[in-house]
Amino acid sequence: MTTRGSRPARAGLGNKARQEFAGWIFISPVVLLLGLFLLVPVLMAAWVSVSDWSGQGSPLSSDVSFVGAENYTRILFGGGLDTQDFGTSLRNNLYYVVLVVPLQTALALGLAVLVSKRLLKARGFFRTAFYFPSVTSSVAITALWLFLFNASGVVNKILSWVSIDGPNWFSDPRGVLHLLLGVVGIDTAPPALANGEFLGISWWEWLAGPSVAMSAFVLMAIFTTSGTFMLLFIAALQNIGPEMEEAATIDRANAWQRFRYITLPMLKPTMFTVITLGLIGTWQVFDQIYTGTQGGPAKTTLTPAYLSFNAAFNQNDWGEGAAIAFILFAIIVFFTLVQRWILRDRDKVTSTRDPRATAAAVEAER
Amino acid sequence: MSTTTEATPQETVVGGQAPTQRRRRRPLGSSGWSTYLVLALLALIYIMPFLIQVATSFKTEPEAAVNPIGLIPHNWTTAAYERLFKHSDYALWTMNSAIVTVFVTLGRVFFDSLAGYALARIQFRGRSMVFVLLIAVMAVPGVVLLIPKFLVISQLGIYDSYVGMIVPLLADAAGVFIMKNFFESIPPSIEEQARIDGAGTFRTFWSIVLPMAAPAVMTITILSFQGSWNELNHFIVSTQSPRLTVLTKGVAQLVSGQLSQGTQYPLKLGAAALMTIPVAVVFFVFQRRIMNASAGAVKE
Repeated sequence: MTTRGSRPARAGLGNKARQEFAGWIFISPVVLLLGLFLLVPVLMAAWVSVSDWSGQGSPLSSDVSFVGAENYTRILFGGGLDTQDFGTSLRNNLYYVVLVVPLQTALALGLAVLVSKRLLKARGFFRTAFYFPSVTSSVAITALWLFLFNASGVVNKILSWVSIDGPNWFSDPRGVLHLLLGVVGIDTAPPALANGEFLGISWWEWLAGPSVAMSAFVLMAIFTTSGTFMLLFIAALQNIGPEMEEAATIDRANAWQRFRYITLPMLKPTMFTVITLGLIGTWQVFDQIYTGTQGGPAKTTLTPAYLSFNAAFNQNDWGEGAAIAFILFAIIVFFTLVQRWILRDRDKVTSTRDPRATAAAVEAER
Repeated sequence: MSTTTEATPQETVVGGQAPTQRRRRRPLGSSGWSTYLVLALLALIYIMPFLIQVATSFKTEPEAAVNPIGLIPHNWTTAAYERLFKHSDYALWTMNSAIVTVFVTLGRVFFDSLAGYALARIQFRGRSMVFVLLIAVMAVPGVVLLIPKFLVISQLGIYDSYVGMIVPLLADAAGVFIMKNFFESIPPSIEEQARIDGAGTFRTFWSIVLPMAAPAVMTITILSFQGSWNELNHFIVSTQSPRLTVLTKGVAQLVSGQLSQGTQYPLKLGAAALMTIPVAVVFFVFQRRIMNASAGAVKE
């Protein structure tokens, strides 16, 4: 503004208009692309989820009709196979989320604290080792996991060294909680749990826990994502700086007290980010299931994301597929809000000025 | 890298802080050794699977089944790789992945930085609205888009084509976000200088600001490369024909046994190991930038 006086006449109002024009030119490719391939699709799928489109022709053509909430009610309250499958997929994914999110967060934090020790030698090596699984594709990792966890695979070999007879992981549909209950002699459902049901499957089935097959996927998720989240924690730990800790050391706080009362509270914003990204990611397991088990054995690795894909692309039930996707979306929003509420106050997200931290966050979202 | 020669004021500040952070090194005490022990064990768990993977790909099938752990094959063989290239479309998949990755990466770097610059610096009506929409878009889970993306792509008539594979991936909201944040950290006085000299908005962006944003551009490049190379579900919903199969899709089909019978672990693990090499190379070349805060990759 201060320079305007010295400039030729065209720099007056024209300059502002030119800025306006340039702004829109700069932003338009992104707006166009995201609008076309994100916004329009979501609106279109919203329509499909309340229509009877069968995958033939355009979903916007006149022979496709509005069926209201029919697709949704069939999935949620129909009681048939659709409801059962959805209930099963929800159960499977719920155990996956409940196990993966806390474990990956704790492991990532542990790794970050260990490799952030200022006096540690070769920390570059350790960081690289822990982060490397994160750069490989989910397809490649799944291929590896199928090998490591097969009946006579590496994991079972190692277990046999300590005389444990490992299961045939990816073909074992037994629920881990059921197995544990079996150890204390409870092999069949108490009547109260066998009779009641929710979303088409009995309470006893809800209490099955993750299947052995799903547990292998749980371990895989922890293995591949802990490195990414470790980077976020490292960035946050560096922001804290050594002064705080030194002050606490002078006050005779021991290592655990320093961690519990100084480091941990200051990591809260990062913790928030990590848990949010973890929740979003774990609720949409797809690649691994597509590559590895296609929902088997006995549907115990079926997830809502895979179910949605399968309903639409393999069974041509597009309305149902889209409806499942939107229910999944609602679940993710719900869990994120609950988590926000639990971890409320000081919910400032990690310093996004740091491209590394943002990059790690972005990477983690995949 | 080139950024150090074009040090911005911030970088000078970062450089100035560095010495105070480099402190005297005491040897680690007795607790230090347990730290190393824990770390070494963990590192072994993280690295071992990949070593086993590479070793297995050079084993015969019976040996892979009998001796899954051994890191040195008894009968060293490249049979798995020969079959991969002679009896599957692995080379074609690799080419497709390379084509898509190159175009998507170039496109993202250009479009994301244009948009990021506009959001950070240019005053125009609707800017805050665009920004809010961008954040909203980032919150939509990708899996929800599986079906709708297919619908739009087929409606536009670009289903099963390179256009349909590449164009929808050209912009990503997160990349715009990273660029915007970075551009905001560059002092505006530098652009004012250029504007006084009569440079237009694009000229200012292209020859003054973008070169200064090299660290962020590098970040976007690495992320886009990894992201599009590892992308699976977009290609599941946008393509059908075998000639457009990319590595992730091809290997996923190979692994799930859609193309063949039997376990064929050396073949599958070889396929997975080969597809990991490009991202691994990018990772090891740029790992200082990814991993190390003091390398100048981080502003602030």
